[in-house]
Amino acid sequence: MKNKNIIAKLKTSGLKGRGGADFPTYLKWQAFLDANSDKKYIVANGSEGEPATLKDSYIVKNYPADLIAGLKLALELSPKNSQAFIYLRKDYYKKYKKHLEKIIGNLPITVFREKGGYLSGEETTLCQEIENKIQRPRIKPPYPVQVGIHGRPTLINNIETFYHVAQIAKGQYKKTRFYTILGKALHKGVFELPLDYSLEKILKSTGNFPTFDYFLQVGGGASGEIILPKEIKRKATGSGSIVIYDKEKTDPWTLMLGWINFFMKENCDKCTPCREGTYRLREMIRDQKIDKKSLEDLFFVLENTSFCALGKMVVLPFRSAIKKLL
Amino acid sequence: MKEKNKISVIIDGKKYRGQAGQTILSLARKNEIKISALCYHPDLKIQGSCRLCLVEIVGRSGLFTSCSTLIEEGMKIITSSPAINKAKQVNLELIFSQHCLECGDCLYNQNCNVRDFAKKYKVNIAKFPDRKKGFPTHYFSNALEFDTSKCIDCGLCVEACHKVGVDFLELKKKKNFYEVVPSVKKDKDCIYCGQCLTHCPVGAFEGIGEFESVKNWTLDKKKTVVFQFAPSIRSTIGEEFGLEPGTVVTGQLIAAIKKLGVKHVFDVSLGADVTTIEEARELVDRIKNNKPLPMFTSCCPAWVKYVEFYQPELMPYLTTVRSPEIIMGGLIKYYWAKKQGLNPKDVIVVSIMPCVAKKYEIARQEFKVKGIRPVDQVLTTRELAFLLRSKKIDLKKIKESKAVSTLGVPTGAGVIYGASGGVMESALRTAYHELTGKNLGKVEFEKVRGIEGFKKANIKIGKKIIRVAVVNAIVNAKKVLAELKKNPQAYDYVEVMACFGGCIGGGGQPVPVDDEIRKKRSQGLYNIDKKHKIRSAQQNPVVKTIYKEFLNQEKNIHRVCHTYFRKKKKEVYPLK
Repeated sequence: MKNKNIIAKLKTSGLKGRGGADFPTYLKWQAFLDANSDKKYIVANGSEGEPATLKDSYIVKNYPADLIAGLKLALELSPKNSQAFIYLRKDYYKKYKKHLEKIIGNLPITVFREKGGYLSGEETTLCQEIENKIQRPRIKPPYPVQVGIHGRPTLINNIETFYHVAQIAKGQYKKTRFYTILGKALHKGVFELPLDYSLEKILKSTGNFPTFDYFLQVGGGASGEIILPKEIKRKATGSGSIVIYDKEKTDPWTLMLGWINFFMKENCDKCTPCREGTYRLREMIRDQKIDKKSLEDLFFVLENTSFCALGKMVVLPFRSAIKKLL
Repeated sequence: MKEKNKISVIIDGKKYRGQAGQTILSLARKNEIKISALCYHPDLKIQGSCRLCLVEIVGRSGLFTSCSTLIEEGMKIITSSPAINKAKQVNLELIFSQHCLECGDCLYNQNCNVRDFAKKYKVNIAKFPDRKKGFPTHYFSNALEFDTSKCIDCGLCVEACHKVGVDFLELKKKKNFYEVVPSVKKDKDCIYCGQCLTHCPVGAFEGIGEFESVKNWTLDKKKTVVFQFAPSIRSTIGEEFGLEPGTVVTGQLIAAIKKLGVKHVFDVSLGADVTTIEEARELVDRIKNNKPLPMFTSCCPAWVKYVEFYQPELMPYLTTVRSPEIIMGGLIKYYWAKKQGLNPKDVIVVSIMPCVAKKYEIARQEFKVKGIRPVDQVLTTRELAFLLRSKKIDLKKIKESKAVSTLGVPTGAGVIYGASGGVMESALRTAYHELTGKNLGKVEFEKVRGIEGFKKANIKIGKKIIRVAVVNAIVNAKKVLAELKKNPQAYDYVEVMACFGGCIGGGGQPVPVDDEIRKKRSQGLYNIDKKHKIRSAQQNPVVKTIYKEFLNQEKNIHRVCHTYFRKKKKEVYPLK
């Protein structure tokens, strides 16, 4: 019963998934434990496709033993012949595979090379990738924790989440998270700081508080929200990344065009709003001509009718940028 | 036990009961509640891509796609609200921004869902310039074409191709967009079954020539133009004129074709009777003389193409007997024409077929006699309906023709060819006679009937047990082949049809189609058989005469009734 205590500990810790969706980790683990199967899968998701986010690679590089310890805890909750993956984007795979495998030793953990891009970090698409199928999301429910890889219950957590699970097991969790700070920052990098820090405090304590007129993009270099200086009492959201922009030197149209090109390239074209909606949004941004009614219509269907999270996430950066920067 | 699985939900204020595991959309459709959807097809896996079938669920935030959301006890579902209607409107605008409008010769011209939805949700169909303007058309030999400028990327064709068991259509990323494309792979080719076509909700696929070939159709008076129609047409074409699926319209069909000015209308079911006799003889010969078994049917041209391309090692197992259509064409040109004092060169045979692969089949070189093809043109059921409508001939109103088809009437056995299991049943009736010298008392072989994909039976004929399998969709043929690999003696005779349900579900048939419709179409054919006095091919007096007068010579039997097969190379490539 010893290993089941981890779920109680996770609950007490209040840990939420660090992939960006903020789902309480203990609930996922409990559902995984409850799912009935003689074989289960566990995945540490290191797809990290969100631009300007580097925390997963930071953890793989600096705390691989903790990551693997986290996976081991999940394996201990699973039937005997279960298997775990450390799912890494191509460049991370190349850099860290050997080192990880050394630490893994005989544990049933495979370091997996992701083939796709941004969408391959989405958990059902991840299952498709591991099964070597087309990189498109699946209908939810069922959730991977019930029906995942090869139809088996699959626990998918972000790499950072597994790191913290290991800390919680050791009684060393300090309610921190890993913030990536990029853009016009003096000290670029990944910083482990308390969860409840405001953006202001994060920037100040890392020596990155801008001395120029600036704005931030918080929660991802594409899907993050635009935050103005008057809003920096807020906390960091999403993947915990902060990009600092020089307001004077940044053209919001160019910025937005970069994002929309990214989304158009990275989406899977399965559903109407995301396939056609991003295309029409791109036209508006390219032509720097925004018809408010049409824009709101596109936002509406993207947010409310997209097949997966990608389409839903497209809206936030544009809505905030158009409102705050134009 | 069943009661336990019942779930009560409320849709728009009214209570309905459904099964555990049922989706909202499926329950709604069952109760005739209209929820607009494009990428939903009851034959196929849920796509969830068009994002139109939206509903709200009381107590939950957001919109839900009814095609992918399961019903739960006590769920309160709303099918119309400002949010739902707005989302549908915008998504429809986006769908129209990628769907080139060419309604005139679209096979959904009569019953276009997307246009109806546009009306219902007040959609500005020209809100955005067409993203797919100038997108190419892929040609799949002389059978099918795929106009990618009409494709709405719903994924149903890829799914249908997968369900048939071919996987020729694929998704490929080109620049920024995934597109449906014919496979470039050397070991993949189209078999022309046309299930992509009947499962496409917006008419992006059509048969070659559909409908240009009949647009300005006039009867060529310098030649003797004759029509022949396939067994299944009589219980399907009615749908094109608003009749219930399965309504039998044989007499009206002949009358309608005659109204076009065509004097001679032949029934391919008569050719099927000849096919039956030849095929039963071949089966008996193979069994008696230890020749390769099992024997596979070969009247489905898509199945034949499958064998010739994917598994040519199976060619010796295909019956050499030609399909009813080709036999009938041969009989028309070399037997009937001669009797009429006509030169076969001056006779044009037009076939009305449930099939687009038949367009491919008629061009096979193997069928030619002195450079003349048995059949000159194939029109699908839809094409004939289009032609009749364009000439203001309404099958629903037309007086049933008393005149029977030229040359004579087929047996019930010839008619059931249109349904999966029909070829097998017809051949068994005749094989019984061949093996025992007696006619069957009870002619029905219920075990081989029905639209299920895979049926098997052990049939006792005299002392001999004949093990048969009847499959529709290649995916089920693969199952038979897998069984044969384990046990080469598993079967003696196997009927394969590429399309779901056999020819009544063929790629040339009216759309839409689903299991319910296929069942009704199939039942229509069995009802004809039931009422027929003569139900075994060898008892047909017309066929007897043909064998006495014409098929009494090996040479004639050979050139009209038999063929051979050739290994095929890949024929269809995507456009560059």
